[in-house]
Amino acid sequence: MSVSRFWRKIPQRYNLIGTQCTTCGRHFFPPRSLCPDCRRSGEIVDHKFIGKGTVVTYTVIRSASDQFEHTTPYVLAIVALDEGPRLTTQVACLPEEAKIGMRVKSVFRRVAADGESGTIHYGTKFVPAE
Amino acid sequence: MRDVAVIGVGCTEFGEHWGTSFRDLFVKAGALALDDAGVTGENIDALYVGNMSAGRFVEQEHIGALIADYAGLATNHVASTRVEAACASGGLAFRQAVIAVASGMEDIVVAAGVEKMTDVGTGASVDMLASAADREWEGFAGATFPGLYAMIATDYMHRYPLTREQLAQVAVKNHENGAKNPIAQFQNRITVDTVLNSSLVADPLRLFDCSPITDGAAAVVVVPLERAREFTDSPVRVLASAQASDTIALHDRRDISTLDASVAAGKRAFSQAGLTHRDIDMLEVHDCFTIAEICAIEDLGFCKKGEAGRLTAEGATALGGEIPVNTSGGLKACGHPVGATGIKQVYEIVNQLRGEAGARQVDAEIGMAHNVGGTGATVVVHILGA
Ligand SMILES: [Zn+2]
Repeated sequence: MSVSRFWRKIPQRYNLIGTQCTTCGRHFFPPRSLCPDCRRSGEIVDHKFIGKGTVVTYTVIRSASDQFEHTTPYVLAIVALDEGPRLTTQVACLPEEAKIGMRVKSVFRRVAADGESGTIHYGTKFVPAE
Repeated sequence: MRDVAVIGVGCTEFGEHWGTSFRDLFVKAGALALDDAGVTGENIDALYVGNMSAGRFVEQEHIGALIADYAGLATNHVASTRVEAACASGGLAFRQAVIAVASGMEDIVVAAGVEKMTDVGTGASVDMLASAADREWEGFAGATFPGLYAMIATDYMHRYPLTREQLAQVAVKNHENGAKNPIAQFQNRITVDTVLNSSLVADPLRLFDCSPITDGAAAVVVVPLERAREFTDSPVRVLASAQASDTIALHDRRDISTLDASVAAGKRAFSQAGLTHRDIDMLEVHDCFTIAEICAIEDLGFCKKGEAGRLTAEGATALGGEIPVNTSGGLKACGHPVGATGIKQVYEIVNQLRGEAGARQVDAEIGMAHNVGGTGATVVVHILGA
């Protein structure tokens, strides 16, 4: 991913900042600037998520793209944040530990290394909670 | 609107065409389709080309013009348009051609699909295919395309009684069909053990649960039904053409294991054609992964959620079964040149309805094609009738 494209989403990726529609109360992560329910009548503001959630489903990636090749195998999951929205994320745990329904919390981690530019991308991952 | 018919089809062999270029692949398929239709280049009003990512696979954009040029139609100034919806690009190109003819704007239209995928390495192609999903929020986290379907499989197997063996039967059945298809990339039979002993790609999906990296092209010719008999004694009618979209990211779906866009496009298609699933004699569905075929059969209404694995294991979807699915070998065995797949599905159905499918011939008068882009953000469904 290009540096500019990564840079643009740094607050969201580093601090788990999404958005909320104050018209209907719905939370969004990844952030949306238009509420799919209220559309143009919705008013969108930033929202920082607590960072706790539950694994909805997961897999263990054994064969990755070049950027992630050196980190395989890794657990990839869809996590439902307690505030409602779901996101795709890595869970830093052993492959055999991953389970549907498992409680997780967010941590700040290195996500990928860009082969060509050498840029290291940081962002949110999740680890088992409790 | 006018009724539309397919009057000719053509397809290259699917596989690794190291010696053939992107443009030559298309030319071959196009020439076969025109020969089959008895149409010459001067007759063609418009071209629609399905292509997912020539810009990344072969670093070539402006595909509409390139295709028209190498098809020998540049000096005819034919209207040529590239259509993109990831792996549903081909199905969408067909739909655009149908719309153009149905509307009365065009008379003789070629719909084609082409992809040349083997000119890049595996890691690079994994990355390119991941662009069918949400790059900034799925790809960034390390999601691969097999990984996203693997998460569908994990969710599905947690909620429904699908065994790992039943899932493998999808691949076994599709290889059995591919073995009877001279254009298929894989013409070898496999067993459940072959699938279960292949390497893990993204748990629980193994190498033999996944469609391959493929080069290939396919083309079909459509005309108004009222003119079809000028060209052929066996026109195939387009009974329905439906399209639906859903969230680009899997994590935003209502239900991880149901492709709501398949449900919506399927319903629209049945309603357009005035038919139900009981009227369909054969199905070409988007089995980019074994779990995708299971979901497709259910989401299109051919059985209840949770039953497709058992039905597959019982042989209901095999060539001699109640509802043959992926007689071509599907994406799994026939191969999956992403932009060409949707057109190849139409090619297969037309061959079957005309009784020209050779060793894999089934008894069919009405067939359905189901083409998925990404993890279900675009779905295109067509119903064709003899
Ligand atoms: Zn709202």
